[in-house]
Amino acid sequence: MPFFAATENWYDFRDLSNLSRVILEGVADLTGEPVAYVVAILIGFVASFLIFVLPSQLIVGVYGERKLIGRMQSRYGPNRVGPFGLLQPVADAIKLIQKEALTPIAADKAVMYIAPIVFVAPAVLLWAVIPFGPNMIIADIPVALLYYLAVASLPALAAFVAGWSHNNKYSLFGAMRIVAMTISYEVPLVLALLGVVLLTGTLSLNEMVFWQKETTIWVILLQPLAFAVFFIAVSAELNRTPVDIAEAESEIVAGYLTEYSGMKWGLFYGMDIGYALAASALAATIFLGGWSLFGLDKWIPPWMILVGKTHLFYFLFIWTRGTLPRLRIDQLLTYAWKYLLPISAANLLIVATERVILVENDWVDKDLIYWLLAAINIVLAVVIVVGWARVLGYKPDSVPTRPRLVSEVGGYVPYDAAGGR
Amino acid sequence: MEGFGVNLAFWTLAVLTLGSAGGVMAARSLFHAVLFLIVAFLGVAGFFVLLSAEFLAMAQVIIYVGAIAVLLLFAVLLTPRADRNNAETAMAAPAVLLAIALAAVVIFVIQDTDWATVTASPELTGAELGDALLSTWILPFQVASVLLTAALVGAIMLIRSSDEEAEDER
Repeated sequence: MPFFAATENWYDFRDLSNLSRVILEGVADLTGEPVAYVVAILIGFVASFLIFVLPSQLIVGVYGERKLIGRMQSRYGPNRVGPFGLLQPVADAIKLIQKEALTPIAADKAVMYIAPIVFVAPAVLLWAVIPFGPNMIIADIPVALLYYLAVASLPALAAFVAGWSHNNKYSLFGAMRIVAMTISYEVPLVLALLGVVLLTGTLSLNEMVFWQKETTIWVILLQPLAFAVFFIAVSAELNRTPVDIAEAESEIVAGYLTEYSGMKWGLFYGMDIGYALAASALAATIFLGGWSLFGLDKWIPPWMILVGKTHLFYFLFIWTRGTLPRLRIDQLLTYAWKYLLPISAANLLIVATERVILVENDWVDKDLIYWLLAAINIVLAVVIVVGWARVLGYKPDSVPTRPRLVSEVGGYVPYDAAGGR
Repeated sequence: MEGFGVNLAFWTLAVLTLGSAGGVMAARSLFHAVLFLIVAFLGVAGFFVLLSAEFLAMAQVIIYVGAIAVLLLFAVLLTPRADRNNAETAMAAPAVLLAIALAAVVIFVIQDTDWATVTASPELTGAELGDALLSTWILPFQVASVLLTAALVGAIMLIRSSDEEAEDER
């Protein structure tokens, strides 16, 4: 392997796949193939889920999110349990486990019991195709991106069934909203990802990372429009807060979660974070270069780079959640069909043209061509977004530089020269 | 593909798929029947994986489970009294007859066909599949798209109420 300097020894922690390979070979020698089969699955589960996803859910997803949103909204966030409130997620989990899980008398009990389990299973399966390093990938299948999309379409079904099973009108509203949102936003999401597939010419996530490593440019620069569409569509599909109308507490109590309590609710809450983390890992892999970092991945363990990029992307989710107001259902559905769909189709057309130009000409200086394309695409992205907004009749009539209360009503804002905030 | 894992997977999938297909028939609530149908779809996707057709398996899950099954659930939800006892119907006897006739035809065809056995699993990538779809099979591909568009337009025409049409004419 010329591109990766890690040795084949089990103690080389730059590539943890060596360790798992040594363990599996030992198990196969001692007990035979069938046992090694089961152990391989267990190692994959422990490595990706128990070591990375669960701590990330607790520390970044619950504690970090609440702390950062508190920071953005000028309050403290959790700071009582443990040092800096770090044990707050643990306290929450203990509280949820000992809480009684109620079941309404008119509910469909079997379906209501199964739905949280069906919701959790895909969140674990998604991590099978995320490459944590050149060899650190549990299932290196050639159609990894399709696998991801297929598995990621299952939780919406589980949430819909959960909402139906309660026999509660608010739950049913939430369930219908989640299906309407998923069906609407799946189309621009897939079209945006199709642009990346056209550019890199592969459906395998690991090969996309290799492509970005060879061309020394990240796909986010070549495909800014696809990235924007992907981010908006994926937040809508995951029910993140600016677009979480399926569980909007100001309109329909808690949507499809209305009748859930205790750990059944906790599973939905925890796995929402799990799906957001998985989507962040996918975005980090296909848009931000995955485990590669301009040759530095020789020295820094590649899995650390991917984890860092995943959390960086997750910060975007927290940021939008802390700063944007919630939208209405009709606004969101109109936005998906009238705005995101034409934009992602235009993006697809542009990528297809560029791909044909790249394939038919034999350039000497490929790097320069890719940077040129990146510049063209960024300009085109801005032109298309602004242009299509104007075509649809959206025109910002004023751009307030100061808060409206101050500039229009003439409110008084005390200026603290000594600092503070 | 031979080995312990493949055999285990095949028999698990066979039991799962046939069991849930039976559940579709036996379930008294239409909603539960659709849920069983989803499990059957997933089982069929598993068979595609066992046949080294990963692309087909993923397409099966995306299209049948992710889209068609959800729309089926939606249709059940919007149909009045679909959730009640649906087991007894006057059409039970003709349906059983039709099913037996269909099964007889399928079993006869399976028995009669000379199945060629391939020792090595054929490597078919997504790129080759795409090439074939857009060169050799371009006509069926286009006809299918036209059919879907026509169905979409037809559905929109069917569900438009007279109020909406009056609104358009104004």
